[in-house]
Amino acid sequence: MKIHEYQGKDLLKKFKVPTPAGDVAVTPSEARTVAEELEQGPFVVKAQIHAGGRGKGGGIKTAATSEEVEKVAGQILGMTLITPQTGPEGRVVNTVLVEQAQDIDRELYLGIILDRSLARPVIMMSAAGGMDIEEVAARTPELIIKEAIDPATGLMPYQTRNLAFGVGLEPALLRPAVSFIENLYRMFTALDCSLAEINPLVVTKKGEMLALDAKINLDDNALFRHHDLAALEDPDEMDPLEHEARKHHLNYIRLSGNIGAMVNGAGLAMATMDLIKAAGAEPANFLDVGGGASADMVANGFRIILSDPRVKGVLINIFGGILRCDRLAEGVIAAVKEVKVQVPIIIRLEGTNVEEGRKLLAESGLTFTVAKDMRDAAHKVAALVQ
Amino acid sequence: MSVLVDKSTRVVVQGITGKEGSFHARACRDYGTQVVAGVTPGKGGQKMDDIPVFNTVAQAVQDTGANTSLIFVPPPFAADAILEAAAAGCRVIVCITEGIPTLEMVKVMEALKDTGIRLIGPNCPGIISPGQAKVGIMPGHIHQEGPIGLVSRSGTLTYEAVYQLTVLGLGQSTCVGIGGDPIIGTNFIDMLRLFQTDPQTEGVVLIGEIGGSAEEEAAAFVKAHLTKPVVAFIAGQTAPEGKRMGHAGAIISGSSGKASDKIAALTAAGVTVAATIAELGEIVKKVMGK
Repeated sequence: MKIHEYQGKDLLKKFKVPTPAGDVAVTPSEARTVAEELEQGPFVVKAQIHAGGRGKGGGIKTAATSEEVEKVAGQILGMTLITPQTGPEGRVVNTVLVEQAQDIDRELYLGIILDRSLARPVIMMSAAGGMDIEEVAARTPELIIKEAIDPATGLMPYQTRNLAFGVGLEPALLRPAVSFIENLYRMFTALDCSLAEINPLVVTKKGEMLALDAKINLDDNALFRHHDLAALEDPDEMDPLEHEARKHHLNYIRLSGNIGAMVNGAGLAMATMDLIKAAGAEPANFLDVGGGASADMVANGFRIILSDPRVKGVLINIFGGILRCDRLAEGVIAAVKEVKVQVPIIIRLEGTNVEEGRKLLAESGLTFTVAKDMRDAAHKVAALVQ
Repeated sequence: MSVLVDKSTRVVVQGITGKEGSFHARACRDYGTQVVAGVTPGKGGQKMDDIPVFNTVAQAVQDTGANTSLIFVPPPFAADAILEAAAAGCRVIVCITEGIPTLEMVKVMEALKDTGIRLIGPNCPGIISPGQAKVGIMPGHIHQEGPIGLVSRSGTLTYEAVYQLTVLGLGQSTCVGIGGDPIIGTNFIDMLRLFQTDPQTEGVVLIGEIGGSAEEEAAAFVKAHLTKPVVAFIAGQTAPEGKRMGHAGAIISGSSGKASDKIAALTAAGVTVAATIAELGEIVKKVMGK
């Protein structure tokens, strides 16, 4: 789960990771009040959306005075911010973070990720802060210092020294650097983060170390033990259909095509999207109705897929293993009647009790195009879009 | 021959009195697997059909000689269940549970390191050696004994692949779903190594998906160590960046984890990659020369 920068910084503060003074605002006058309560300017006003690259899209601006903060906040709040990560549709900005601007001596990078191959958290630090770390890794991998954490011992002091000296910090900065890294790691483990990235971590001219930005992702699998964190989810950041699907425990992701897909199982759902594309159409969504899809779930799945007006047809691809095809067919028939589906439906069923399932579909009085296998399903999708 | 499970496998099902646990314990037993025990703390002494239920895995192992565990315990307790099975002496542990916190799995992997215990999953369909034993939730009847070893990160996609193989007369030695989570006990390389040395296995099917770099690592291993032909399919060629596609591990982050990179790495390693799932079976048939 992604959270906003300001939410991430609130969490950092709880773990004693230093951040610039500041607060959030949802109106220009609130932004001004926040600035007035800070020290003297200059200030920074930052759009709070989940996507990165906000500065390039005009979502981060500096202001010399609190009056200027109000003006700048007025420009940013309500704007549709388009960044390289938002896609062409952009995101509407509802909240800004107003902070004290910093007198920056240098910018570093500090990130904690989960390394899948090592099965351990890895702390990465680099003197090349403020840049896309993937680019740094591709061009100058020697600039990234890494330490994998042994879960039995936890983060050891020598590892924080390796990181701090590795990025060229002078001895005077060792203590603040060590406590910064230790506190961030403590937060990472205590809150079940899947990513904690401070980019840039700045050293100010006064010799302070501050988290100027914060990208914190939380492990969805661990939210059951962090109810307070689950509440940080911002529904405005989600596609409305994805949000709706979530309520019905459906795994739905909206894509830009016109052929809807309803599939059981995540891997098969992705493979079905790929098949739609290979057939010359574009998938409208990813939808995994799960291994035990009930008639209700199928009906909800239909409703969500068809709420997308671009959808011109739906491909249902079910491999009935434990879930029997006849039960599924009953579910589909009930759902199609209930939802009053108006677009063509191609259905491909295979597995347990498939003959009974096909018979039910044929005798339902509804019009389904039945595909006999995946290849046939692809041909039928292609015919539909021609 | 087969790998990891066979007719001598003695299974203890953790969480056997739950809905999923009891359903699948029966299905495994009906397939011919020796399901010798179940565990549900507090329900020791009861029976699930004729299968004795114990309070602890240690007791189950002691009384029944179970050597393999199949886990259906809910996510908050599943990491503990894996380590309980390991401590009790199970050598193969299959964890079906989806939704275990990643940092819990970090600890589990550390504890299992260098023990020789083989954990399959979590968030996986399990393992089947057709005609020998089924320790998992896959539909047994679509499988057929034969020469193909199959390893996959997915569930139903694996059934689809198996079904295509069986229809074409290509049976399987062992099929393993290694799981859709970012941190899993058994990876592609572990299975490729086992398939390479298994005399029954003549060819391997590898089914990957977006996210991480396990397929790239598998490609390097195939190039260096496999003499048997490998056919692969990678799901998620049309998946967008930054979205979790169902599985916790199926996400493209920035430029890492893309299907195109995985396909390129596998192709460069001499693996035949099927462009779509529809043609996987036919391609395996061609590559195997059958």
